[in-house]
Amino acid sequence: MGKTIIEKIIQAHTDDDAAPRKIVWMGLDVRSARDFGGPNVVKNYEREYSGLPLADKKKTFFTFDLCVPASSLKYADAQQVCRDFAQKHDIKVFDVNKGIGSHVLIEEGLAGANSTVVGTDSHLNILGAVGCFGQGMGDVDIAFAFRTGKTWFEVPETIKVLLKGDFSYPATAKDLTLKVLKELGTKRAALKAVEFYGEAVRELSLSGRITLCSMVTEMAGVIGFIPEFEDSFRKEIEGISKTEFNPVQADEDCHYSEVIEISIDRLAPQVAVPFSPDNVQDISELKGTKIHSGFIGSCTNGRTEDLALAARELNEKKVKEDVMLKVVPATARVYEELLEQGILQALFRAGAIISNPGCGGCAEGHIGLTGEGEVQISTGNRNFEGKQGKGKTYLASPAVVAASCVRGEIASPEDL
Amino acid sequence: MAEKKTAHRGRIWIISDSQGNLIENIDTDQIFHNAFLHITELSQMGQYALGNLEGWKDFSKKARSGDILVAGRNFGAGSSRQQAVDCFISLKIGLILVPSFGAIYFRNALNSGFPVLKSSVLEELVREKKLETGDEIEVDFLQGEGLSLSKDFSFRVEPMSSVQSDIFKAGNLFNYGKTMLKD
Repeated sequence: MGKTIIEKIIQAHTDDDAAPRKIVWMGLDVRSARDFGGPNVVKNYEREYSGLPLADKKKTFFTFDLCVPASSLKYADAQQVCRDFAQKHDIKVFDVNKGIGSHVLIEEGLAGANSTVVGTDSHLNILGAVGCFGQGMGDVDIAFAFRTGKTWFEVPETIKVLLKGDFSYPATAKDLTLKVLKELGTKRAALKAVEFYGEAVRELSLSGRITLCSMVTEMAGVIGFIPEFEDSFRKEIEGISKTEFNPVQADEDCHYSEVIEISIDRLAPQVAVPFSPDNVQDISELKGTKIHSGFIGSCTNGRTEDLALAARELNEKKVKEDVMLKVVPATARVYEELLEQGILQALFRAGAIISNPGCGGCAEGHIGLTGEGEVQISTGNRNFEGKQGKGKTYLASPAVVAASCVRGEIASPEDL
Repeated sequence: MAEKKTAHRGRIWIISDSQGNLIENIDTDQIFHNAFLHITELSQMGQYALGNLEGWKDFSKKARSGDILVAGRNFGAGSSRQQAVDCFISLKIGLILVPSFGAIYFRNALNSGFPVLKSSVLEELVREKKLETGDEIEVDFLQGEGLSLSKDFSFRVEPMSSVQSDIFKAGNLFNYGKTMLKD
């Protein structure tokens, strides 16, 4: 019988038979740690493997993105522990200026199609957007991976999600993603790999692919792939990563544990209501909900295209006086593109607060928390209680967040 | 280091509710409450095992070294918490046997070299009272065979995968890393 994409990628990295539900040893092309899990990785390594070399220093990295530059002593210490270890072992640190680690790995060509990457980021499966098997793991597994270049993994079953129809603006890839999350919830894709098919996803660019694949985490899935693509996407990803893009495809006779069809015709902007990302409603149900703040950024919606969309909606308009809009580009490269294209200027003139690149705004704390009673609309991927403070967070697209910040209430771009 | 035993014989605890059904979805907060997460000393962790699970809060006082825990599906659901594994190691529990585990819990237990096994026949055996608290059973981890010494019958257990037995025999994931790179 043929193999699905995840089965093929794992098979190419193991001597065992990569059949679904089998636990196999898997070789890793990249292992990484961030500024939160990193210190525990170092602690484990020093306790267990003190004085021993890494399996391959060229494949081992730190990516600092959670609290950059550190705004608390805890993070300052954490980052320095990792830097000291990195210097001792001669490994590369993508430091506090670089931005979100998963995105940096894509931009640097380190997360290539068909490769395997692990790190301490629970959204590392975002790398499915470029055909890479990325997976978040705990500090024990990552310390072991640093030393051995391997990890074990239970080969997941694969489900096929067929998106029927197409969507058009003001619906965006984020609305498509929230719609899928609404349909799949947190159980149907749990512990499974997902392959997304359909015209709407085939046409997605890198930013849209990242948006959809990033939220496979919230679907409780292992990884999501979008196997089909237009030539424009190949050019885009090859241009950014400077590596060839030839992702494996599923065999025609492979086995899917389930095939799910989701219709996305006439897709309206979608909003996830606190406190669960799959608690998704059409925007029409929520229009008029008063908001106090907005956030545009995160690994889900922090790329140039996302921020350009927000800037287009904010063009010649102002963020409402009693609303605070925070913008965090995903990476330094994105930041530079935004500078060159005048997008930061447009966002700034509309009244946005613009931060340096990183996970701020989604990860707790770095560019401010929500206070009790505060209602925030965010392009992030999680709206759990307490994640960004005591306030309530709604999740939506960059266009909807921008429009809502102009109106001071949840609004669609069509309302402007 | 002596070869680790790949079979275990012990007295079982059927972790059931007041109706006698195996309790499902026991989460890591019920296994080891977050109020005690500051505890890092293994010997201190055992007393809190199942300390937040209704009906079983006194488990640590009743359990003896070598006992076997049998519970419902999705055991160890919820957030990653090493103490939820370590508390059973602390009590010297010999084996946890359930229909299925939460993914992170299974990973943490396997990496710790703590024997955790799955069996799809447990619910039926408990319903039919073929397995009851206090029974003596023996489980072969590699053959995947369970044997009730109290009631004289055998039942199917999913054997350890080669990955799991490698790590189990080495003691834990880190030790296995040391052996795999020796040559």
